[in-house]
Amino acid sequence: MNTIGKAFKFGDNIDTDLIIPARYLNTTEAKELAKYCMQDLDEDFTEKINEGDIIVGGNNFGCGSSREHAPIAIKGAGISCVIAKSYARIFYRNSFNIGLPILESEEASESISQGDEIEVDFSEGIIKNITKKEEYKADKFPEFIQNIIKHHGLVGYVKNKLNQGVKNDI
Amino acid sequence: MGMTMTQKIIADHCGKNSVESGEFVEMNLDVVLGNDITTPVAINEFKKMGAKEVFDKEKIVIVLDHFTPNKDIKSAEQCKISREFAKEKEIVNFFDVGQMGIEHALLPEKGLVVAGDTVIGADSHTCTYGALGALSTGVGSTDMAGGMALGTTWIKVPEAIKVNVIGKKKPFVSGKDLILNLIGKIGVDGATYKSIEFTGEALKELSMDDRFSISNMAVEAGGKNGIFPVDEKTLKYMKERKIKDWKIFEADKDAQYDEEITINLDELNPTVAFPSSPENTKDIEEIGEIKIDQVMIGSCTNGRIEDMRMAAEILKGKKIAPGVRTIIIPATQEVYKQCIKEGILEIFIDAGAVVSTPTCGPCLGGHMGILASGEKAITTTNRNFVGRMGHKESEVYLASPAVAAASAVTGKIQNPNNI
Repeated sequence: MNTIGKAFKFGDNIDTDLIIPARYLNTTEAKELAKYCMQDLDEDFTEKINEGDIIVGGNNFGCGSSREHAPIAIKGAGISCVIAKSYARIFYRNSFNIGLPILESEEASESISQGDEIEVDFSEGIIKNITKKEEYKADKFPEFIQNIIKHHGLVGYVKNKLNQGVKNDI
Repeated sequence: MGMTMTQKIIADHCGKNSVESGEFVEMNLDVVLGNDITTPVAINEFKKMGAKEVFDKEKIVIVLDHFTPNKDIKSAEQCKISREFAKEKEIVNFFDVGQMGIEHALLPEKGLVVAGDTVIGADSHTCTYGALGALSTGVGSTDMAGGMALGTTWIKVPEAIKVNVIGKKKPFVSGKDLILNLIGKIGVDGATYKSIEFTGEALKELSMDDRFSISNMAVEAGGKNGIFPVDEKTLKYMKERKIKDWKIFEADKDAQYDEEITINLDELNPTVAFPSSPENTKDIEEIGEIKIDQVMIGSCTNGRIEDMRMAAEILKGKKIAPGVRTIIIPATQEVYKQCIKEGILEIFIDAGAVVSTPTCGPCLGGHMGILASGEKAITTTNRNFVGRMGHKESEVYLASPAVAAASAVTGKIQNPNNI
């Protein structure tokens, strides 16, 4: 699977209050949440982006509150994937669980500039910077995480377990 | 190779003799928690998973505490979803207005979490129960749904940071100052994916309420959990609320730690985290003059009885500075009632503060004390991110109840030792 989009660059420690402020958490609708994505950082963010565009963050992306509304808002806004140096652990789990593709690459995070055209090959973990004619490699996910991705997120993973009758069996 | 306390609890809950850091395991859960914001999302996912029943009606806890008593129609609709689900699935530990309190103060108080438990909660401050010697961590709603369906969750066995606490607390220094100091030292990503394990001779100096504040903010350093060994104080706390058995785990003597940090209480002063990051800490002696518009005392970090007593000690017989709005929120009904019994609420009201029923409201900019642009607040909460408590151009300073109460009196951020 490949995606092509324009890069929207953010810094370190982008917290989930910035991704979706708590004042909008009185709904669970992805399209509604998407309207306010990144609003306190860039008021016009959702107007500037097009379907398939990419968020590029620095260290500790998604820190703070556990709200799953954060990756839901990003996905709902049409962002095809997030690339960052590192992720806060709950956001990391949440993204795989809901099926928002995220990639870890220090090189990509540092080299990509605002507005660069980026192509991502998810199966190989290759990030191509079309604007700069560069190529970066994303870190490989652990096997356990790959298994969740294979099930299209935790819902599929748990569904499979329930179908097999596996429950509180350890 | 020896195991940390956290690793031992994980091993015990996944049927293994030992686990190693970096290993992915699935472990049994003793408690699965959600609140009014995160549970509706979890209910959706639970249905998509094809789950019919929850794995154990007594081990799910749902607390409607964030936007309650409901602040608007949308919040009311969200709470209704959780309420109907709890009724349909016969969830035993469902807490609605009248019984609810701020979840991380409520669960320990009700005896619902004890030493040795594994807890996941769709709320990042679920790490609070580390104070009891439990392994507890925050997750998202889909993980909560998976936990409700299976009674298990996956976890990457964490590495650990050891924090050695020595010395003796100075007056008006609390657990909040210790954890702010630690976050200032290691940064907001200093413990990402790791456990923070507290140890040292001075732990006996820390009350249970101090420990709850400390474990509560482990996540602000990126930590998976922040855990304390079980001692006399833990046992006393659990015995007073006993509804289930506990199991005590200790770190092995040869457990491996990534990093060791010492905090000397002799050198620790009241500490304030400046906008807009909990790592942006300063000793109270170094802060200069910062005028404030609002004070908030409460939250899952500092809404317990000792926090209220500390604030009352400072506010007794004094008046809040003109132009400062002071909002005090006891975290649970039990804390609220105890405040009434001890005459604490009278002290607050006489001083000119407002006292609210339990809610997370202002901490996350939900309701009950939103800030306008350009306003500054000092609060006992856990996050001071941009826009956290209201307008994106408002500023939040984090501190202990003692500093917050002293600041209410003088109208500027104040060392409680100097009033």
